[in-house]
Amino acid sequence: MTPPQPAVPRFAHGSRVPGWDRAVDLEKDPATIPDPETTEVPDELRTEIEAHMANYPERRSAALPALAAAQRLHGWCSPEAIEQVACVMRVTPAYLESVASFYDMLETSPVGRHSVYVCTNISCSLCGADELHAAIRDAAGEDPDVNVRAFECLGACDIAPMASVDGVYVGPLDVSDVPQLLEDLRAERPVLPEKQLARRLVADPRANSREFPRHPAQHEQGAS
Amino acid sequence: MTAAAAAAGAAPLLLFADIDEPGLCTRAVYEARGGYESLRKAMAMTPEEVLAQLESSGLRGRGGAGFAMGKKVSFLPKGAMDKYLVCNADESEPGTFKDRELMQKTPHMLIEGIVIASYAAGANRAFIYIRGEYVLQADALDAALAEAREAGFVGEDVLGSGHSLSLVVHRGAGAYICGEETGLLDSLEGKRGNPRLKPPFPANQGLYQGPTLINNVETLSTVPAIIRMGGEQYAKLGVETSTGTKLVSVSGHVQRPGNYEIELGIPSREIIYGLAGGPAEGRGVKCWFPGGSSSPVLKAEDLDIPYDFNSLAAAGSMLGSGAIIVVDDSTPILDVAMKTAKFYRHESCGKCTPCREGTNWTVTMLERIDAGEATPMDLEIMASVQEHIIGNCLCVLGDAMAMPIGSMIAKFKDEFEAHIEQARARRALGEI
Repeated sequence: MTPPQPAVPRFAHGSRVPGWDRAVDLEKDPATIPDPETTEVPDELRTEIEAHMANYPERRSAALPALAAAQRLHGWCSPEAIEQVACVMRVTPAYLESVASFYDMLETSPVGRHSVYVCTNISCSLCGADELHAAIRDAAGEDPDVNVRAFECLGACDIAPMASVDGVYVGPLDVSDVPQLLEDLRAERPVLPEKQLARRLVADPRANSREFPRHPAQHEQGAS
Repeated sequence: MTAAAAAAGAAPLLLFADIDEPGLCTRAVYEARGGYESLRKAMAMTPEEVLAQLESSGLRGRGGAGFAMGKKVSFLPKGAMDKYLVCNADESEPGTFKDRELMQKTPHMLIEGIVIASYAAGANRAFIYIRGEYVLQADALDAALAEAREAGFVGEDVLGSGHSLSLVVHRGAGAYICGEETGLLDSLEGKRGNPRLKPPFPANQGLYQGPTLINNVETLSTVPAIIRMGGEQYAKLGVETSTGTKLVSVSGHVQRPGNYEIELGIPSREIIYGLAGGPAEGRGVKCWFPGGSSSPVLKAEDLDIPYDFNSLAAAGSMLGSGAIIVVDDSTPILDVAMKTAKFYRHESCGKCTPCREGTNWTVTMLERIDAGEATPMDLEIMASVQEHIIGNCLCVLGDAMAMPIGSMIAKFKDEFEAHIEQARARRALGEI
């Protein structure tokens, strides 16, 4: 009998944790809360984080919105971004790193500035999401600007298979939509406008059939 | 009134009554359709009277567990202290997309429900924890909240009742476990979303250690209708143990996937075939998840089970979040099991060993089956792994994998065994 294969990707040193075998610098002081005197934080980021902190009885609650704001500014939760958030929130960078590494939408390594999350969960994959993901990934190729990810259920199984492109839900997608999707994305245009979730009529069951014609303009103007 | 209602035996639509009304997300249109009338009515009542209406409605939580909402509110300690209401809008259960629709199209209904429920519970601070992926919906909520504040529905001294409420829309950042109520609380406190040991239950020690009421979006959105109709009148809808109407998200191999509002207790066949159109021509139903991917699968012969909490529980499954995922007879059961198991492996927070290791080993064993390296004994081991997960963790994420996978092994044992044999044969021939 063959031994079971390792199920989880492991690093060359055998661990699932990157850098675990790096020696600890015992001379170094433990990371502390960054000094506001020496840490430069862009004003708009500081204002946004402070506004979030004011929303909660305890400032730590603002960790997720604050990290999201820093990520929008820096592109990912870089050490610099974390340092700035830590400085404003008065918490250690390590604490924020522990939070950032838990959540799928917070990036702990540099990524392309456009995100394409392709839902590959059960309902979407029953409708061909795995092929769609492969097609988008292949078409995007090595483009450093586009971050294509297979994502867990995005909560839009009615438009399966679907993707969230920079936060905008589009579907149902076909492999033939992929070139247009990437072209719109690279040209900074609204992506596949006629397939955006925002334009769907819903409770009418006919609206949920693939053949139902959509009248986005009419619906948006307020005519029924 | 839409065709959906007519098809479902004309269930009175409550949540979806005006859903296609253009501009319903604005206060002007919502109020023109009778919105915030329930809030005015509730604020003229005492909190005890509001609570009595919620209890007599028999409304059961729409998030998954199906716990009586009125009872949950009554568990909060009385007296002056910091109490919290948290709306769980982290809709992440695969197959579920009903809350998305409500928040996007009729956010004021949710806000109205939150204000009424907070009044009954005596909570002065409320949060809507919405999953970070729902950008459009969170923006709709923020816009509606600004309007509601301006109109005095949220804030100090709501409509002169003396009740004050601050409400904040909190955006998550992508983690299924944050839909679990205690994981959600940790996440809302700015930590990693790890579940907590229960007891103490959130009603006693929840957010910031204070008494906390946690309800799903759909549950809270139903509150205005209950106040409008009266709890007893609401309880006449549906069946005795499952009152009212329910939003059902139907997806997978159906011709008309989407959200449908049904009266609880109608035959499941009517939802899958009548409303959603069933699988494509020439295809049959192989299995279906009645309440999200965490619910044990049912087969085609179970289609006549009434769609309500107790009937589905009696059939060995659950209503869960009301997400029906239909799998047609062209799909290998192994693919369904693999997708399900991989999801839970990815989303396990890693705090409890049975879940962290169990989800991982289940995926590994399914991969072995597919690679022709498994023997029929592996099926038994896999089934026993599922049994060892259930009930042994802080939260039910592990159970949520173990229940459907266990049901698939039990109900499709022949197919698994055939798959094992075929894969072994192909491996022996060097095809894999």
